Amino acid sequence: MAIVERLRTVFVDALELPEGTDVENLKYRDIEQWDSLGHMTLVAAIEDEFGVELDTEQVIDLSSFKVAADMLRGAGVDE
Amino acid sequence: MSELVGRVALVTGGTRGIGLATVKALRAAGATVVLTGRDQAAADKAAAETGATALTLEAGDFAATGNVVKQVAAEHGGLDILVVNAGIMESGLLGMIRAEDVSRTLDVNVSGAVAAVQAAARAMARKRTDADGNPRKGGSIVLLASVVGTYGAAGQSVYAASKAAVASLARSAARELGGRGIRVNAVAPGVIRTDLTASLPADVLDKQSAAAALGRLGEADEVADVIRFLAGDGARYVTGQVLGVDGGLIV
Repeated sequence: MAIVERLRTVFVDALELPEGTDVENLKYRDIEQWDSLGHMTLVAAIEDEFGVELDTEQVIDLSSFKVAADMLRGAGVDE
Repeated sequence: MSELVGRVALVTGGTRGIGLATVKALRAAGATVVLTGRDQAAADKAAAETGATALTLEAGDFAATGNVVKQVAAEHGGLDILVVNAGIMESGLLGMIRAEDVSRTLDVNVSGAVAAVQAAARAMARKRTDADGNPRKGGSIVLLASVVGTYGAAGQSVYAASKAAVASLARSAARELGGRGIRVNAVAPGVIRTDLTASLPADVLDKQSAAAALGRLGEADEVADVIRFLAGDGARYVTGQVLGVDGGLIV
């Protein structure tokens, strides 16, 4: 499955997003679910799903769905 | 006693004193324990003595601390218990404190604790399975504060300030991490007989013995038993607490 598809599932599950959420255009703090606590849950879920370790700088920089997808591509996750 | 069977614990500064006693107490309760020490030989010796495994860590190194936590979680399939015991105590009267003494104390006692808590929180928040294949999540973090962090002590302004910071860290981290099933508490030992306090003058130790309601100094295993309690399920509804283990010290 493509990164974007898998990542969408991770976002929906980790942040418990309601159906119909425009996941791919989400930005940090756009919605109440993606607050700082949700962020850490999301980071753990992304690491679990893709088998990557994000460092602290990446955790801080992970400000949107698109950034997350780019980060995973940068980490060598297959498309 | 087997309440911690299947749990993975990391104890920083586990080669002597309260840290070593804590490693022993957690091992006795059945936990898998990794200890850290500055000195490889001392860490290996403590590990051999207790059935723990050893890693070297310079506790004031923020990045290295995070990496050690990650390494333990990766090698053992998760992390359930973190005890941040690594700490230094440098005494000095006001007017005789160097900037580098302040930095070093804060680096080890405060920055080191923040780094460990931060990395442990990430590891503990992850879903994992125990030895029986049951899903588990969350964890317990115990920090080492000190009675002087609350009451102060002449000649220990910097150390006391650093330990007040640790107590405060425990309370804030508890609030932040509770939602993820992670408890954070601290113990605040009084005067415990360890290498750390062996450097204090005899008359100071005598005075401290007399000041404790129990009329004696504490032993490292008496602090370790409280840490083990906070780490385990007996304390499952306890978080954000700073628990004095001081024999009823009257300051």
